[in-house]
Amino acid sequence: MNYVLRKLAFYAVALWAAVTLNFLIPRLLPGNPVDILLAKLQQRGGTVTPETRKAYATLLGGDTDSPLLEQYAGYLRNLLTGELGTSVTYYPTPVSEVIGTSIAWTIVLVGIATVIAAIVGVVLGGLVGWRPGTWLDSLVPMTTLLAAVPYFWLALVLVYLLSRILGLFPSQGGYDVVLDPGLNGPFLASALEYGFLPALTIVIASVGGWLLGMRNMMVSTLSEDYVLTARAKGLPEGQILRRYAARNAVLPSVAGFAISLGFVVAGSVVTEQVFSYPGIGSKLLAGVTNNDYALMQGVFLFITLAVLGANLVVDLLYGLVDPRTRART
Amino acid sequence: MTNLRPETTLPLGPVADEGAAPAGAGAPPAAAAPGPAAARPRAAWRLLLPTMTPWLAVGLVLIGLITLLGVVGPWLVGDPATIRDIGLTGPSGDHWLGTTQTGQDVLAQLAHATRGSLQIGLIVGVLATVLSAFFGIYGAYLGGVADEAFSLLSNVFLVIPGLPLVIVISGFVPRESRGLWTIAVVLALTSWAASARVLRAQTLSVRSRDYVAASRLSGERPWRVIVVEILPNLLPVLASQLVYAIIAAVLGEAGLSFLGLGASNSSTLGTMLFYAQNGFALPLGAWWWFVPPGLVIALLGMGLSLVNFSIDEIIDPRLRNARTARRRTRQAARRDRAAGRRGTGATAPADPAAVPAPAEVIR
Repeated sequence: MNYVLRKLAFYAVALWAAVTLNFLIPRLLPGNPVDILLAKLQQRGGTVTPETRKAYATLLGGDTDSPLLEQYAGYLRNLLTGELGTSVTYYPTPVSEVIGTSIAWTIVLVGIATVIAAIVGVVLGGLVGWRPGTWLDSLVPMTTLLAAVPYFWLALVLVYLLSRILGLFPSQGGYDVVLDPGLNGPFLASALEYGFLPALTIVIASVGGWLLGMRNMMVSTLSEDYVLTARAKGLPEGQILRRYAARNAVLPSVAGFAISLGFVVAGSVVTEQVFSYPGIGSKLLAGVTNNDYALMQGVFLFITLAVLGANLVVDLLYGLVDPRTRART
Repeated sequence: MTNLRPETTLPLGPVADEGAAPAGAGAPPAAAAPGPAAARPRAAWRLLLPTMTPWLAVGLVLIGLITLLGVVGPWLVGDPATIRDIGLTGPSGDHWLGTTQTGQDVLAQLAHATRGSLQIGLIVGVLATVLSAFFGIYGAYLGGVADEAFSLLSNVFLVIPGLPLVIVISGFVPRESRGLWTIAVVLALTSWAASARVLRAQTLSVRSRDYVAASRLSGERPWRVIVVEILPNLLPVLASQLVYAIIAAVLGEAGLSFLGLGASNSSTLGTMLFYAQNGFALPLGAWWWFVPPGLVIALLGMGLSLVNFSIDEIIDPRLRNARTARRRTRQAARRDRAAGRRGTGATAPADPAAVPAPAEVIR
């Protein structure tokens, strides 16, 4: 119980830090959103009057006249009621709605790809680590190449090879635009077809890390006394592998799953850009390129929330899986 | 199997204790290539240098070649901005890596971009390592409330997703003031947390040793205790964290530049990919434009990771022992097999050259 409370307290602090960071970033950085928008307007030949400035300031929700603490209180109040402001890019849609329509794409894509990569990597890593020194094992350092490949570059190469040269998969978008989005057969099939390349990119780019981590844990688990005992008892090799070695070696990978999720979400932001995928990453970038500050902040907050939530779930599960963590400290 | 045990326990003591050996031993692993003159008996400080393995050699060669491309390359290739009337031509004798849409030489761009990426990688790597050393080592040394606070701070930074944060920050900084150092500081601020945690754990174990306590009791100032007594033990860990930080920085900067959010006055491998993507290199099939920059990033990252494997063996001698043990079992199996073929007892020594490739030997 104490373990759960401690974890909850930590994530409450982390959440507060993220929310506050989100509040402070636009106010502490040199650029003023209103100024940038007005400069853009002026470049296009618009005239800037004090009224325009006031209108923009109101639109962006920056009542910069009141003291910082008061602004902070208002910001927190708005967050609690789910009020994230209005998107300029998709005017007049509220930011929360923009996020709502795009989040499913990212969650399904990143979620499925990450789970596949983790399972494939852990199983392969476990098998390779079980027999250290084979020719397969000596190829393991090659996976560092995969781990160091930039996600978006891999996406470019895959699009070039599989989409442009072989013509197997569509290279842009999330589904065939002539179809109606919804839970119908043709649409789901099209979404699957369009999502294959982005998912493949994420799987290939992240499987190496899982493989390597599992392999190294497997190798060090094999030198543990309980594995030796299991061998001495004459248990079948398969049973030692599954019940003794793999079970213990997989624990750090479970813990790593949550942390890696943050990286995968980040990687997918750039990947979505390559595929023009209608997920949350492309919304974040649309916000950045269009100086849509409300959208930017809303999306950032949402991504952070998702990653924090996933971390919390994994942390709590980890306490169940590995009782030693609960006892520590 | 049993021959693993004495192996794993034996060198742990000496390696951990020799950690306090001369600080000069912490020289970058690039200098660690043992020449023929290094055949003398292993000195204590040599334990701090990685053992030469084929993969370490591959890593060092990769890093060396890419550094050469970035440092010397720009002097040899022409001006990367020169525009010619041969847009989008494939690799040829004149232009080894072809030309871009406006006829700029891709190889020249690659050399300059590599220099830019290495530069930002080093700057961010050093900044992030300094930050993590401060929060990790200093916090753990102080202990108590300061340690709790620092540790909480790094844990919070660890779970906040880095790249989205960097994207948002870069989005708010106007393009004019988004220079190389701004990007470097932003990347460093979002990437120090993981290594701070590693360093903290290491420091906690070093801090409780007797000689550190003795040094504190004799009234040494904190910074002296940290620099003279604690830091030398952490050098391999610091080196490994620096290498990771450099990889992360190069990758992070590439992603940021690819989105058009990088430093406005620099050319890196990421900016090259940005221009390739926006110049329709993909639909036009100009693979020579977008493949080399990513490949350089991937190979650099691979080289650095391979070097890190060897550094990890110093930090955790069990890994090295696993490697030597593997080699021994392989040799033993080889001997057994050769002996078995001659129909004699299993203990008979055999000529290792007369056996099939070790790849077939499993155990």
